[in-house]
Amino acid sequence: MLLHELLLFEALQEGLEEEMERDPRVCVMGEDVGHYGGSYKVTKGLATKYGDLRVLDTPIAENSFTGMAIGAAMTGLRPIVEGMNMGFLLLAFNQISNNCGMLHYTSGGQFTIPVVIRGPGGVGRQLGAEHSQRLESYFQSIPGIQMVACSTPYNAKGLMKAAIRSENPVILFEHVLLYNLKERIPDEEYVLSLEEAEMVRPGEHVTILTYSRMRYHVMQAAKTLVNKGYDPEVIDIRSLKPFDLHTIGNSVKKTHRVLIVEECMRTGGIGASLTAAISENFHDYLDSPIVCLSSQDVPTPYAGTLEEWTVVQPAQIVAAVEQLCR
Amino acid sequence: MAVWFTRSRFMSHHLKREVGLLGLNNPSFWSSFTHHNSSPLENCRTPETVFSIRRFESTKAEKQLDSRFDDDENLILDFPGGKVTFTPEMRFISESPEKRTHCYRVLDDNGQPSMCSSFEQISKEVAVKMYSNMVTLQIMDTIFYEAQRQGRISFYLTTIGEEAINIASAAALTTNDVILPQYREPGILLWRGFTLQEFANQCFGNKADYGKGRQMPIHYGSNKHNYFTVSSPIATQLPQAVGAAYSLKMDGKDACVVTYFGDGGTSEGDFHAALNFAAVMEAPVIFFCRNNGWAISTPTTEQFRSDGIVSRGQAYGIRSIRVDGNDALAVYNAIQAAREMAISEQRPILVEALTYRVGHHSTSDDSTKYRPVGEIEHWRVARDPVTRFKKWVERNDWWSDKDESELRSSVRKQLLHAIQVAEKVEKPPLADMFTDVYDRPPSNLSEQEGLLRESIKRHPQDYPSDVPV
Repeated sequence: MLLHELLLFEALQEGLEEEMERDPRVCVMGEDVGHYGGSYKVTKGLATKYGDLRVLDTPIAENSFTGMAIGAAMTGLRPIVEGMNMGFLLLAFNQISNNCGMLHYTSGGQFTIPVVIRGPGGVGRQLGAEHSQRLESYFQSIPGIQMVACSTPYNAKGLMKAAIRSENPVILFEHVLLYNLKERIPDEEYVLSLEEAEMVRPGEHVTILTYSRMRYHVMQAAKTLVNKGYDPEVIDIRSLKPFDLHTIGNSVKKTHRVLIVEECMRTGGIGASLTAAISENFHDYLDSPIVCLSSQDVPTPYAGTLEEWTVVQPAQIVAAVEQLCR
Repeated sequence: MAVWFTRSRFMSHHLKREVGLLGLNNPSFWSSFTHHNSSPLENCRTPETVFSIRRFESTKAEKQLDSRFDDDENLILDFPGGKVTFTPEMRFISESPEKRTHCYRVLDDNGQPSMCSSFEQISKEVAVKMYSNMVTLQIMDTIFYEAQRQGRISFYLTTIGEEAINIASAAALTTNDVILPQYREPGILLWRGFTLQEFANQCFGNKADYGKGRQMPIHYGSNKHNYFTVSSPIATQLPQAVGAAYSLKMDGKDACVVTYFGDGGTSEGDFHAALNFAAVMEAPVIFFCRNNGWAISTPTTEQFRSDGIVSRGQAYGIRSIRVDGNDALAVYNAIQAAREMAISEQRPILVEALTYRVGHHSTSDDSTKYRPVGEIEHWRVARDPVTRFKKWVERNDWWSDKDESELRSSVRKQLLHAIQVAEKVEKPPLADMFTDVYDRPPSNLSEQEGLLRESIKRHPQDYPSDVPV
């Protein structure tokens, strides 16, 4: 199999470009996506290649360009909306909740909204509270949308392509700190599923469910755990809405212990929903209560030392597994 | 495709000119200032003094080389965004214009075209169709309103007083033009061939409703008529309209988007950004504001302090016009012209139609609580757009009293029949509660449907009898 090496943001760009080449209806809109190439360079070079109408620089009004994407989608285009930072999409909540998720339903199926809303989110390196939002918590309740989170160049490209080809509105969560991850990915075209979790490390003792950046903290903790004689099974859930309960369920049935590691706040996060879903569906297979490690219910502090402690660290993961497997 | 690249080529060309004009490449411009620094007049650096010093230099030659003075010898300077003329007078622009923007009208209150009115003659066929539709709309509103009062439908809102806006604007468009309504524009669907039965089906939320009974009454939507489904939140359709226009622009279609909203909707943030976007993007969209004086109980004096909505057009760089919304011919002509400009020049147009909301905001409102009954009656009778247009049509010998009574009784009969039929049609089945959330029902929704069905099986007496399982 022929491979080529690239960084995560390049993988996203490759996926995006392939889809734009394949389907002339695909277009991009957002702030600074055109000539500037995007604040994280995901759309670099696209405006030069496809013109500045198809890769559109918008004025600063998130609710409005998201609304614009919805209107364009209802008229037959397939827009990709870039939020410069996911947190800014809070301004687009009205359009996303009231229209994006709803109009296919309320129009009786007459209008489809095949938009992709994507952007960097999560806790970065001292970006301040307003730029460290975890929007997956807020959006997860909206009926009619799907949510996926990428974590490697391989799944970033595959999920980008899948999201663009989907007839449903999809929110693709990227992480500010993962854009420069390097990996060798296949030359051949591939598209991943929007509803599948990724088995990162099979194991027997405990199921660790995670996504996005926390995957790397989990894998770091896994190294320590293996040295201590544990055999954790690590699953990157990838699809945040809906959950891949098939893969997760099979794992729970095997290990009987679940640890969820997320970056969301404790209250109302993805972990909270996942805990409820697993408890409801696989209660009989659990040997102990589900443990969920999340960030505290505080705005992310600017000070680097404090910021580090709002995010789950590998040491905490190791301790939690040891506790769980006692 | 070439057209779409023009924008970037133009931009770089424009930038080159701007840099040149800043005089950064021109040494003589800077040296002339340093020269004046050592002059005895250095302490009085008023612009006039600078001008007079320059006058003692060779003015003719300098004027030829120097584009930095306008014809009145005022100093112009470049800033990002273009050249501005400086003025020594500190003058604030008044908050209100000396005269309010004039309102275009063709027919007077008696349906008589004014002498110097600029308008295109419409044919008898179009005029009669327009009038019949206005009457149909009026009757439809009255009967559905009554049906709500009788408890047969749950909600309704009327378009009384805005029939001319609805029908005349629709008549000036083609069916390829995409409509994004607020909620007080069913007349456009009516003009495009939506039947009374189809209207009734939506209001009753039965199986034949295109929306599959999921929305409340008057939230019509029909993709085959190019009429986007009504969504309740105010002004959300405005940026969507810009997006739809963007799509038409990409495809180079001979069509535009027309989006409607009220005076209240202009206060929403979406209004500002949509107009701004449309102007920047040169999108072929007509923004049609129905300024009917009231946003539920909020009069326009409490909604904004500008001279209506038309005055805002120029602020966004959008061509705009104010028309008499109760004059069918004026609305028709203005929209026809606006459509031509929007498509051929690829630009947005803002149309403000002044009118009056004769009915209550909706069946959940009693407007006599916040406005005088006399005012409502005046507008209902003396300023009725339907009667006004009728007079003009009759004067042309295109309509008779016999036609009138025949039309009214026929429409009334059809409507009552449509309501009877709609009431009896089955409601959408339970399965439709779970479809169309996504393209295919996902496992969690199938599971939830299963749970619901089990629940119904266990308690059949609690489940409504007219909804098929």
